[in-house]
Order: sequence, then structure tokens, then C-alpha cells
Amino acid sequence: MRVKTFPHGIHPPEHKNPTAEKKLEILPPPEKVFIPLHQHFGSPAEPLIKKGEEVLVGQKIGEASSLFSASVHSSVSGKALSVDGHHHPLGKPVLTVAIANDGEDRLHPGLTGTDDPFSLNPDQIRQKVKESGIVGLGGAAFPTAVKITPPKDKPIDTVIINGCECEPILTADYRLMMEYPDDILKGAELVRIATGADRILVGIEDNKKKAFDLFEEKAAPDMIEVFLVKTKYPQGAEKNLIYALLGREVPRGGLPFDVGVVVQNVGTAKAIWDALKDGKPLYERALTVSGNGIKEPKNLIARIGTPFQAVTAFCGGLEEDVNTVVMGGPMMGLSQWSLEVPVIKGTSGILAWVAPKPAMEFSCIRCGRCIDHCPMGLVPTQLMKHVKYDQLSEAENWGVLDCVECGSCQYSCPAKIPLVHWIRLGKNQIMTLKRKKSA
Amino acid sequence: MPNSMYIIQSSPHFKDRDSVPKIMYTVVIALLPAMLASLYFFRFRAVGLYVSCLVACLATEALFLWIRKKPIQSLGDGSAVITALLLAMILPPALSLELAVIGSVVAVAIGKQVFGGLGHNIFNPALVGRAFLQTAFPVAMTTWLPPATLSVDTATFATPLGNLKFQEAVAQGVLTPLKDLFWGNIGGCLGETSAIALLLGALLLLYKKTIDWRIPVGIILVLSAFTGAFWLANPDKYASPVFHVLAGGLLIGAFYMATDMVTSPITPKGTWIYALGIGLIVGLVRLFGGFPEGVMYSILFMNTFVPLLNRFFRPRILGERRAVS
Repeated sequence: MRVKTFPHGIHPPEHKNPTAEKKLEILPPPEKVFIPLHQHFGSPAEPLIKKGEEVLVGQKIGEASSLFSASVHSSVSGKALSVDGHHHPLGKPVLTVAIANDGEDRLHPGLTGTDDPFSLNPDQIRQKVKESGIVGLGGAAFPTAVKITPPKDKPIDTVIINGCECEPILTADYRLMMEYPDDILKGAELVRIATGADRILVGIEDNKKKAFDLFEEKAAPDMIEVFLVKTKYPQGAEKNLIYALLGREVPRGGLPFDVGVVVQNVGTAKAIWDALKDGKPLYERALTVSGNGIKEPKNLIARIGTPFQAVTAFCGGLEEDVNTVVMGGPMMGLSQWSLEVPVIKGTSGILAWVAPKPAMEFSCIRCGRCIDHCPMGLVPTQLMKHVKYDQLSEAENWGVLDCVECGSCQYSCPAKIPLVHWIRLGKNQIMTLKRKKSA
Repeated sequence: MPNSMYIIQSSPHFKDRDSVPKIMYTVVIALLPAMLASLYFFRFRAVGLYVSCLVACLATEALFLWIRKKPIQSLGDGSAVITALLLAMILPPALSLELAVIGSVVAVAIGKQVFGGLGHNIFNPALVGRAFLQTAFPVAMTTWLPPATLSVDTATFATPLGNLKFQEAVAQGVLTPLKDLFWGNIGGCLGETSAIALLLGALLLLYKKTIDWRIPVGIILVLSAFTGAFWLANPDKYASPVFHVLAGGLLIGAFYMATDMVTSPITPKGTWIYALGIGLIVGLVRLFGGFPEGVMYSILFMNTFVPLLNRFFRPRILGERRAVS
């Protein structure tokens, strides 16, 4: 079979070997968890409990405050210590519920599943997904209930299950695919029902051939098609994966809805199945702990709210000279300044390594590599220049808002220019101006 | 307060190992075969020109970095070294060293630093230096030495292209044999004579993807097509396309100068137009112009269009409607 892919992109070193064959281990719940009420794209959840109250595993402690929001659930049973600002992986302190774990893991009695989730109608599925606080687990943490609610005028024909895991180092999605293939496929089927699509496509990068073979064996042939896609970054970026599998281009500024597609990460599909079948809200997730600064790299299932410190300690601790800790993958992950931040719904990995001294930055020599590698067809060097010289409308003309911040340009830049940083700055400034204008 | 502090930086956290100095020194390595050839053919003249260009270019670069309060480490980026080597290679071997120094100063100062240094110049610096010398000292710039391997002693030694233009070499049957053009046993600028040496280095650049293959391929195809058409029409008057590709500065220009990243377009479409323009102008100048050779001016001329080409031939953004024109 021909391996599908998209134009441009890069081939960073994969570094997946240290953890690829390590099974998902359950990380023991820590003594204290810190569960931020804002872990997703959109507005923060409203706190439902006060300091001193008793909470149970799976109990809702934060209520989705708007359409673009997600509820938050307790990941342990015990007593709420505080509802206050706490360090957050995204940088700014966020209202966080700290809970002392009593170690008993008492489940909330309200967590009820369904015997036959496939008999539910789309609205019931969406409602349950929303209740369970599920967000996209690929990293962007977009509320899943929104993603499986296509607008009436945009019929969906295809659900794509994203098993690319194109970020180097990360292997948690691969482990999920190897260990929970049935759950993922069942979750995918629920997404299909919810969106009214008529087929499911699964895209798996060809460096995970084993997962592909497993899925080929498991997938019902009439409804589900499994595809190998080329191991190339950013193969798992939504718009690029849609292009690779269907040849459809999501219009600029548009959503996959616009081309009749809904994309879900494998972890999200599993979470949807767990929520519908067992009534289990999203209070734990799979993640990879790796990088050469971690003594014993592992794949874990960790409770949301577990401090990074507890996660790395379980993995043998950090090597002494570690100077960089990243949440997520090495291409799009966020660097952390402290291990006190908690695991959140978007934590696909915790990486640590010794970063070399930053290389000297040169002026752009117009080699054009950023253009050769940009998966969106942008001219990153031009965007950088426009933002640098405050030519925001020009930057917008050149498509700065189309940038998905995958980092392919900066990866390949021989002048070591922080292109993505400039682009982010430009996007931010433009969006701020737009908000001001509309306000 | 958290007890540990780690480095905070914007993603991506992985970066390719390639860097500006690595690119520059790859070009320097690629130039080595041609430099060795020039040392073989022109002996001490070559040594003198290389040394004076290197010293003058690096000194000028250092002076400007100091004036502009830029880090002196930038001297190590290799760009001034390339300018020096390329300039020396496109100078006549007989040129006096003072003129080589003047050319070098102009190349780095006017060709590059006044624009803001590496990455900001519009024209290829080495070609700016040569263009200045050509205009200011036309006689010295067109006085040619026979290579040391030829035992001729004549004051009116000419380049193959000079012969073609002024001696009607094709009609007279004195056109330089292709074999000599290939090995470099001919008169001409210091480093442009040996086609084989230049092609060897070019292979490295293509293999390493240091240069955009479209530029040399485009130039050579267009020049071959243009000169080939005339040659087919009248082989008794015009030289063959193979002769045109191997002669003069075409190879060094197409592979080493037109491909200068800073002064060539950044998008594939723009690059094709740029290469097409260079090939066509070289053909026009060689066949119908007043000069025997047109590589220098054609590259400089097309350099001026680069910013325009970059604006015009923007790649299509994913999901962008195809332009309706």
C-alpha cells in the first residue's frame, strides 16, 4: 500500500526507542494533587467546591462555564485543601483545587456507565462527553463536545482517528494503540455516531507498523479503514493529516468541519469510550516521561493534578545537570521553570534534558529552508520580518494567522532565528487588536 | 517559591545541526578543487591573488563590524572568506595585487556591509567588487595570461570567449577545443577555467543541498537552448551550446555565484524566473553584446529583481483559494 503524506515538513530525530516498548504503568496517585480549573482551550471552569470539603474520585469540582470550556473532576478522594492560584504548565498561575489524597480511591457514586453505548443517540453521546470533561488529548486540549457537534449546515462524512504521534520522543499514543486498540476503535465508533459520519479512517505513522498491523486486524473492514502515513513531522497536525488521507484542504481560517471531517486523537477516542461505557470522567491520562535527563524513561497513566515532581521521582528522578523540562513534545512542548506544576489534561509528555548553549543567531540569509519545510505553505522569514518591524497588517496579509506553530521552520533555520517566537508574538498582537476593535 | 529553575524558551526545542557558518564553509570546501586547479595553472599569480583578497576582505569586514558595533565573532561566519575566494577566482591572473585589494574592499564594504552585512545585501558582493574593477580599470581587467601549462609567450593572449567574439573563431576554425575547456588548459579568470574542478565542487553543493539545484539547471538549460538554436541554424558562425556552457564564467557563475542564498529568490517559482533571466542574458550578451562574456552583469541584473520575485511568487498557503486571474 502506498504510504500517504502531505507536502513539506521535516524529519527530526525520533528518539522514540527508550520508551516505545515500555508498557503503560499506573503512576501511584500522589499525596496531594493540584487540579487547575483551566486545562483546556476556552474559558476556565467555575469551582464547585470550597476549602475543607470532602471529594471523591471522579467528582466534578469545576463546571464548564461556557460552550468553549470543559468541566474538571477530582482525580483522588480526600479533602480539598485550598482553592487558590497555583503554578500552571502554561505559565500563568491558575485557580487550582489542591486535594489531600486519603489513599482510598473512593469512587463518586454518580459515575454510571451505559451497557450499550452504541444505542445512544448523538445528543446523549455529546452530553456525556461534555459531562465527563473530555478535551482533545493530543495536546491542544480543545473541548471534545464542541468538536463532535458539527454545525447543521456542515455535514460530516469522515471521522479521522489520529494515531500519528509525530512529535519525537513521545510514545504514549503508541502504547495506547498497542494496549487498548478495542477501546480506541469503539470510541471512534461513538464519534462517528455523534457526528453522523459514514466512515472512520485511522492514520498511523509508518514508524509504528506494529500498531498499524494490530489495527488492521481489529478494524471492521466495512466501516473502518486504517492507513499508514509517512513518518514526517507534523504528520499529526490536523490539517496536514486531513490532506494526507483525503486530499482535502481545510480552507484558511476554517475548521475540519468545513471539509466534512472530524479528527480525534487516539487517546481522546479511548477517553470517550471510557466515559460512555463506564461513566469515567477524564481524571487521568497516558503520558511519556523521557528525554536523556530522565533516569528511567517510562510511559505512564497519571492522575490529573499530579505534580511533575512526583512523576519524575517515579521515573528514577532527573539527571543532575538537567536544565530543561518540557511539557509535551520537543517540537511544540512548553518549557517549564519548575517541577511544581501539575499534570493537566494536555500533558502528553514530560521531557527533561540538558540543552546545549543556544547557538549564535545570524541574520536571515534567505536560504528559503523555512519555506521548503513549512507544512502550511507560509514564508516564515517574511512573517518574522513583518512582525519584527511592526508591520502587522502585512504580516496578516502574508498569512501569519495560518501558522500552526509546528516549529518546522525554526527547526530547519541555519541562522537560528526564533521564527516561531516572532510569529506567535505577531499572532498575539493581531488578535489583541482585533479584540479591541470588536469590543 | 519553586526550588528549581529551568531554562524557559519558546518551542521548538529541537533544532537542526546545520548553521550559517557550516553552509558557508561547505561552499569553501566545494571551491577547493577549482582553487587547486587555479594554483596548478597560474602558480604564484594565484597565490598572490588569493592571499591579497582574503586579507583585504577579512580586514574590511572586521573594520565594518567594529564601526557598526557588531560582534567580531561574525567574522567567523565564513561569508567574507567566500567573497574573497570568489572575487579572486573571477579576476584575471595578471591583475596587480593592489587592484585585487581595491576590489576586495569594494566588494565587502559597498557590496555587503553598507546594506547591513550578511543577509541584507542585494547584490553578490564578489560580483560588485569585480564590476567596480571592470569599470574603473578596464584594460587591466581584460589582459589575460596564458596558463603556466601552455608554453606560449604572447602579449595578446585571449580567452576562448574573446576568440569567439573578436576573432570569429568558429569561421576561422580556431575555436578552443572542448577538451581544453573541460580541463582548464585555457586563458581566463583565475578560478573559472577548469570546468571539471568546478563541477566536482558543485556535486558536493548539490548533494548537501547547500544550493538550489533549480538555479544552475535553469541557467544551463536556458543558455543551451538559446545558443543551441543559433548553432543549429548556422554552425559555421555560432559555437555549440556545450562550448558556451563550459567556457568563461558560466559554471562558476551558475553554481557558485547565482546560487548565493542572500541574493537569489526564496521561492521555487521565483527561482525559475531568476535562473531563466540569467541564462537568457548571458546568451544575449555573448552572441550579440559588446562584451565577450556576460555572466557577471546578468547575475547582478537579475539580483535586482529578487525582492520583486520574492513578493510576486509567494507560495500558496494550504487551504488558500487558487488565485483567479
